[in-house]
Amino acid sequence: MSNSSRCAACKSLRRKCPQDCVLAPYFPSNNPQRFSWVHKIFGASKITKMLQQLPVELRGEAADCMAMEAYLRVENPVYGSVGIIYQYQQQIIEVQNEIIKINGEIAVYNALLQHQQLQQHQDSFFSTDNDFNL
Amino acid sequence: MASSSNSPCAACKFLRRKCQPECVFAPYFPPDQPQKFANVHKVFGASNVTKLLNELQPSQREDAVNSLAYEADMRLRDPVYGCVGVISFLQHRLRQLQMDLSCAKSELSKYQNLGITAATTHNQHPNMGINLIGGGGGGGGGGGGGREHHFHHHQFFPREHQQQMIRSFDAGNNYDTGLLAMNVSASIGQLSQFQQPRAAAGDDRRTIDPS
Repeated sequence: MSNSSRCAACKSLRRKCPQDCVLAPYFPSNNPQRFSWVHKIFGASKITKMLQQLPVELRGEAADCMAMEAYLRVENPVYGSVGIIYQYQQQIIEVQNEIIKINGEIAVYNALLQHQQLQQHQDSFFSTDNDFNL
Repeated sequence: MASSSNSPCAACKFLRRKCQPECVFAPYFPPDQPQKFANVHKVFGASNVTKLLNELQPSQREDAVNSLAYEADMRLRDPVYGCVGVISFLQHRLRQLQMDLSCAKSELSKYQNLGITAATTHNQHPNMGINLIGGGGGGGGGGGGGREHHFHHHQFFPREHQQQMIRSFDAGNNYDTGLLAMNVSASIGQLSQFQQPRAAAGDDRRTIDPS
């Protein structure tokens, strides 16, 4: 097998890339960086084992997710993807609080409008123009 | 220190080796939490974890181990999506909330555009600070207020089994506040590169477009 047909994994591991290489479909030779992340964080044998335990139709998704997790861990060695989760949670709280605040303002406007409408209704009811004099 | 001189840490117990005083795992894998190391070992491997920890300052290692333990746990519970499933869910939730926020702002601006500030003799609440001369615009009072589920003040957690997993990760006060300055959308924006084009049949590995 020529060098040019080896997947990124086998190229990185300096081994022959067999026809049934588990990693080849998910780590093509044109993206060596993707495998280097995964190799650094999970290791080749771990990721091979994890993919092998999945049905073939799910392996692509799994490889993508593991590549993402590995990348996030390389970028943030302390928190990895958990750091992103935390940030999203914080942003969600901020947006929720802003919605609460705005809904509070709307409620105030509503209350004022209702109050004004009530006032206007009462005023027109007791107006001297009304022909209620007996 | 998690292990006494008599009791090996969970890592050394698992690996069936003597727990040395300078064991790098001992502070973070106490013997009463064997599953923590078992999970981390299964997903990342002991030597990778050692390497990762050795690249960090000692003050960062506990957080790193806890986050690795969480990731490992999530990956074992969801072998396809792992933590990325949680991230996707939160992204979606945030987008929904941002749309809700946009609707609420739009609703508010309708009210703000309704009235011209003016004191009226009928206004019995002069200190209210917001005076409205109402047209017929008393409707739309629901605004966003009908959506009670947005009013939760508690820390948001994903639902179902993921909820339990998030809670089991003790974030506590250990997060570096510098993280809050990170640009989440920039990080996630780059992640489309992780999606590899795939052929319909998983075995047709050679059909991947090399370009």
